[in-house]
Amino acid sequence: MNELVWIFVSALLINNFVLAYFLGLCPFLGVSGRLETSFRLGLATTFVLIVTALCAWFLNTYILIHAPYLRLISFIVVIASTVQFIEMAIKKLSPALFKALGIFLPLITTNCAILGLAIFATNRGYNLVEGLIFALGAGAGFTLAMVLMAGLREETELSDVPALMQGTALNLIIAGILSMAFMGFAGLFSST
Amino acid sequence: MDRDKNLDTYQEFVKGIWRDNPVFVQVLGMCPMLAVTNSAINALVMGGATLFVLMGSSFLVAAFKKWIPKQVRISLYIIIIATFVTVADYTLLALLPGVHKELGAFIPLIVANCMILGRQEAFASRHGVRFAMMDAAGMSLGFVLALFSLGSIREILGNGSLFNIPLFGETFEPWVIMILPPGGFITLGLILLFFNWVAARKKAFLEQVVQAERESL
Repeated sequence: MNELVWIFVSALLINNFVLAYFLGLCPFLGVSGRLETSFRLGLATTFVLIVTALCAWFLNTYILIHAPYLRLISFIVVIASTVQFIEMAIKKLSPALFKALGIFLPLITTNCAILGLAIFATNRGYNLVEGLIFALGAGAGFTLAMVLMAGLREETELSDVPALMQGTALNLIIAGILSMAFMGFAGLFSST
Repeated sequence: MDRDKNLDTYQEFVKGIWRDNPVFVQVLGMCPMLAVTNSAINALVMGGATLFVLMGSSFLVAAFKKWIPKQVRISLYIIIIATFVTVADYTLLALLPGVHKELGAFIPLIVANCMILGRQEAFASRHGVRFAMMDAAGMSLGFVLALFSLGSIREILGNGSLFNIPLFGETFEPWVIMILPPGGFITLGLILLFFNWVAARKKAFLEQVVQAERESL
């Protein structure tokens, strides 16, 4: 149990996917303009991460033992097609949820956080439960980073930023300061 | 391809290095960019792997574009890219096990580098093999240049060394923050700021020239 809590908190705060591993930077820098959109994108990504963890575990356990060199190709193909399939299923079963996730669902497939999760989980040899908890923590961490960033960016729109700084340069420096703040969490578990 | 007639081989090669630099101007491929640039050697190896993957997949895509059906092209591109990445991954594991261990999961993650897929979709699938190769070479050299400049800045400031050779002697106090994640964000932010400044200066200069010409008339 303790182990699972550690995996969750580590993925959520200490090794935050965006701020410590630089995964999923495209949506982090591109879509984090509005608070509400960021939150929705975070939830959709969490959902896809959990599905990915399931797929990765299944592939690793039953198929890739026989052909480890196919790992990367099979991961990306299976993840992309599963997301496509889920998209169709949600569209059919729950149009409201589909509308809420919108364009983000297909776009998430190309988010490197998804493939990163599958590879990290494999490298660390997580079993099914550990993998799912890891995915949950990573997704929550991604949502947290997105929401924090969106809040900060909404603030900067109201303040007087020099014209040269505006855009990606400013966002990257804000992300750097956020990342510095998250480094403070590193001491959370070292004493125990 | 008649579209290729008005292209210049040299121009296609050079544009990726400076004017359309994938990182500094188009802001693509950020994940590997920031994650592996904590030392110059890691940055170079990563750049080399990306160069190999981009050249290989651009060649295949440009050569087989007639046989690739429009509807499934993205999936096919990804499979082609993933194949080359797997080759790069295993090659590095065999030749440079130390660096491979340090780069860890980020070698397989080259697949998710949006720059590579972007070049296939935007260039290689519409032009002949020769131009696609030129474009790929230019773009990946621009990427290597970006990785290397970021990696060496971070290593010099964060570790006081370049390629593991100490530069400043005993008295230098390393800025540890530079090799940690925040340093990556902040350094890249500052480099982009510098590029914005250069662009703004150039624009102001050109306006001055136009102004002066108008006055002399």
